[in-house]
Amino acid sequence: MTQDLRCEEVIDKLLEYLDRELDAETEQALAHHMATCRACFTRAEFERKLRARVSETGKAKAPDSLRRRVRAIVEHY
Amino acid sequence: MTKVGEPLRAFFEAEVDRLLDRLYGTALRMTRNGADAEDLVADTLAKAWIKLPELKDRQAFEKWVFRILVNSFISARRKKQARPREVTAEVQCGEDSFSLFETVHQPFLLWWGNPEQELLNKLLREDIEHAVEELPEEFRLVVIMVELWDLSYAEAADALDIPLGTVRSRLARGRSLLQRMLWRQAGEAGIAACNAKGGPR
Repeated sequence: MTQDLRCEEVIDKLLEYLDRELDAETEQALAHHMATCRACFTRAEFERKLRARVSETGKAKAPDSLRRRVRAIVEHY
Repeated sequence: MTKVGEPLRAFFEAEVDRLLDRLYGTALRMTRNGADAEDLVADTLAKAWIKLPELKDRQAFEKWVFRILVNSFISARRKKQARPREVTAEVQCGEDSFSLFETVHQPFLLWWGNPEQELLNKLLREDIEHAVEELPEEFRLVVIMVELWDLSYAEAADALDIPLGTVRSRLARGRSLLQRMLWRQAGEAGIAACNAKGGPR
């Protein structure tokens, strides 16, 4: 694949790029494009940060009652 | 009953200690209810404990236990699900894709600063949690797998027993819907309106 991707092609593949789902050559082409294209770099940073914010929602404090239940599972099964 | 030796027991307890908050947080996003989330995680860990001697690769524990969580959630839902599958009006109508970035990143706003960063800064964690929970289940599960648990598309396809292409399309739709919900919430919170005017925040 040529390294001269158009911005539309980069945006089209951007989420798969951030998910590390592209083959090495395509990934390298996108990385190369974003190193020189401020618009696509900005878009990628936004999507990356939004993904990080979404990822935070999986964090929570397990209640003590659950911790006790887990201890009971290990003790009694 | 399977007998678990002391080293394996210590391994299990250490891994559960490390992952419990994350498992519970994920279960909360799946079930949208604290009591159900607690039951789901307890059920998952009981199954994991019993099957633990069958786990050959300890490095794979995290994804293995997550897969049990997903399967437990799906089978519990199937038992309950006499009602039709949840489909929101937005899913029926929202065939077009939606990008938060493209919506915010408009030329007339750019002189004013960094609108997309402003939006990110102002989105509350509660807003995002609510939006994830509001996603229809088929999209929610894929988004949780890829964004919260960092599973590959192939791993998500394997865990859900669906084709890879279905993972891709559900993920794209799920993300689009999620961003649409966040934009709507931003508007309700006055963030979007404030940005659009370019006025004081």
